[in-house]
Amino acid sequence: MSPKRGLEGPPPEERPTPAGRRNEQGIRIDPEVEATHEPRRTVISALVEHEPGVLAEASGLFSRRQFNIESLTVGPTTDEDRARITMVVEEPDPGIDQIKKQLRKLVPVISVRELAPDAMRRELALVKVDAERPDQVAAVADMYGAKTVDSSPETATFEVTGARQKIDAAIETFSQFGIREISRTGTTALARGTAETAGPGSATEVSSAETANQAQTYTQTQTDD
Amino acid sequence: MSERASPVTQPEEQHHPDEQHDEHESTADDADEHDSDATTEPTPTPVTTGAESVVRALENAGVEYAFGVQGGAIMPVYDALYDSEIYHVTMAHEQGAAHAADAYGIVSGEPGICLATSGPGATNLVTGIADADMDSDPLVALTGQVATDFVGNDAFQETDTVGVTTPVTKDNTFSSEPDRVGSDVSEAFALAREGRPGPTLVDLPKDVTNAETDREPDDPRVPDTYEVQERADPEIVTAAAERIENADRPAMLLGGGVIKGEATDVCREFAIEHEIPVITTMPAIGAFPEDHELAMEMAGMHGTGYANMAITHCDTLIAVGTRFDDRLTGGIETFAPDAEVIHVDIDPAEISKNIHADYPLVGDADTVVSQLAEAVDSSPKATKWRAQCQQWKSDYSMAYDAPKDEPVRPEFVVEALDEATSDHAVVTTGVGQHQMWACQYWTYTEPRTWVSSHGLGAMGYGLPSAIGARFAADDDQEVVCIDGDGSFLMTLQELSVAVRENLDITVVVLNNEYIGMVRQWQDAFFEGRHSASDYGWMPEFDKLAEAFGAQGYRIDDYDDVADTITEAIAYDGPSVIDAHIDPQANVYPMVPSGGDNGQFALTEDQL
Repeated sequence: MSPKRGLEGPPPEERPTPAGRRNEQGIRIDPEVEATHEPRRTVISALVEHEPGVLAEASGLFSRRQFNIESLTVGPTTDEDRARITMVVEEPDPGIDQIKKQLRKLVPVISVRELAPDAMRRELALVKVDAERPDQVAAVADMYGAKTVDSSPETATFEVTGARQKIDAAIETFSQFGIREISRTGTTALARGTAETAGPGSATEVSSAETANQAQTYTQTQTDD
Repeated sequence: MSERASPVTQPEEQHHPDEQHDEHESTADDADEHDSDATTEPTPTPVTTGAESVVRALENAGVEYAFGVQGGAIMPVYDALYDSEIYHVTMAHEQGAAHAADAYGIVSGEPGICLATSGPGATNLVTGIADADMDSDPLVALTGQVATDFVGNDAFQETDTVGVTTPVTKDNTFSSEPDRVGSDVSEAFALAREGRPGPTLVDLPKDVTNAETDREPDDPRVPDTYEVQERADPEIVTAAAERIENADRPAMLLGGGVIKGEATDVCREFAIEHEIPVITTMPAIGAFPEDHELAMEMAGMHGTGYANMAITHCDTLIAVGTRFDDRLTGGIETFAPDAEVIHVDIDPAEISKNIHADYPLVGDADTVVSQLAEAVDSSPKATKWRAQCQQWKSDYSMAYDAPKDEPVRPEFVVEALDEATSDHAVVTTGVGQHQMWACQYWTYTEPRTWVSSHGLGAMGYGLPSAIGARFAADDDQEVVCIDGDGSFLMTLQELSVAVRENLDITVVVLNNEYIGMVRQWQDAFFEGRHSASDYGWMPEFDKLAEAFGAQGYRIDDYDDVADTITEAIAYDGPSVIDAHIDPQANVYPMVPSGGDNGQFALTEDQL
């Protein structure tokens, strides 16, 4: 090509190059402290204005920014103008940090909290099974503290509540009888004791979230059952 | 409809620079101050309808201009506007209205207002709204909507405007109460400008704007849930200051937030006092005077070689009001890989989104850089580094050859335009090669003089934004639109507006009869296969301009350039120069997508 299709100057191979590198999360790679964040599952609770479109706005945010979300529930609170959104997400720490900050940016969102690993988490499932072996079915239901909600000559439907793992286990066990249909609510959660989940007075955790990006070791959060 | 003349013939300046400084502190109280002149005027008549309340909300917020297009569902609002002092500019297309309002917001610092009807009117606005969202420009869009009884029934010209615009607005509202509709508009105005600016939208059903109400709108105020942190954590400020003092290779990276946060002065003072080389992102063009020796100018894909060397080799990067867009960073792994990053941003979500911040400083740019300036006691000892930066400036000079017997080089046209205009002339652009040449070869020295579609990259932005900029700029500021032939062709119907309003703007079409940037990429990465990029024919833009009633000029060779430009700039009204440039001219330096900034190519064979 003629020089008019370019500029003069030392070509790339003659230039000095820095020794450092960043990882895909934009963190400088320090050979002594390798910081690679693995995805972890956590519960984020948001208190929001109870108005049309908030849920769409929140769920739109997740799909648009490709956040990996496992479940999302929404329900009223004691204040009729407020609703609580509870979501279970699985992301590396920088992703969790982004979810919290991006959620907080939505104008109808009042506060956002990531719940501590020991937070109370519960889910409800309706499990409809074939009732050919009623005694055995009842025994399994008993084992998981499931309540009978409906029964017909062919089917029995149970309500199981508990942490996700318990429900997974119950469904697994019920499957020996033949599961016709199930419906799960997704996880809802509250902080333990006097700790606040995400209240009107609680700010978002942004300032502490900054430090969440520092190299830290995280363990998979445990359920509370 | 209005007795107010268009701004070119108005003796009074529309905006005083001092007014713009308090945009971040502005609250409802300030809105009253804006109206202080009006206290001697008769008390405004009480509102009687929702539409009047909407217009009153705009008036209370100090709105002087609105850009829009009429239509069925927005008619009640336009009817109320008929009696208002607000000067409405009827655009040819709603996209033009949104871009004009966006540019008005960039140049004035106050939210631009655009109006459109429901359905196609609203969807036509979307490109402009998305542009404002990407660039954090303050913009308020008011859209008509079918009557609430019809909403959800697929009525004529019904679109779920709130649904369509949710991902591209800072906030939007379906206004369903006649008593609330004015206050919804006030709140949208406040939200567009507070904190990190952005576009807001209020959807106005026709029955709501037609309905009777005597409710005056509330003052513009953000909702209680909207919190903005002004000052950064003092401990992190102290740590960052220490890092700056001990830096061997410090660099500042100014982003668009510096201009939006009115932090230009404090950033300039800080850089000059501590002799820190300054790199800008594209939206920050004008934040630092490019004729200063510390100016490294724009970094990134088509940034200068010296800016890209400086950003790649610095050990401390003071980044202010930037979101580390991929066109700036190139590949993340090689972006400023030795640098500890001090990141100042008003939006906590930008901290560590793309580039990890070692020193996260959330707050208003002006406030936080002032905090930093106070905390830094001694300048970094970086004599060698500064000399290195100067060496890079000479190694990677942007000089080019312009043999007089060859087709005109676009860079030459841009430099001639810069020469022919004042230091505070406003430049608007479309998107593509011409936009990059306008970045590279015009020497910007003032904030709010560069108006472009950065994040969204919306071709067609140039002409409508020049119209909006004209209404916001002072009378002695020239407004020049540097456009490409492809970009100009997308929105040139707005010339009718420039002529109707007799706006003093100069459009310079850098015409290569290609979608030039695509052609350049096809040459570099697609074996020169010019699929759908080679027009080979373009209308004669000078004659087209004359058909509209604008002044038309044409440049074919170097001898035409200076005189034509002088004449066009001097013409008091809209003019168009069809500048036929070297069709093979390419934009360099270039960092290919995801590449290493330090390995920028100076010629095609280096890609």
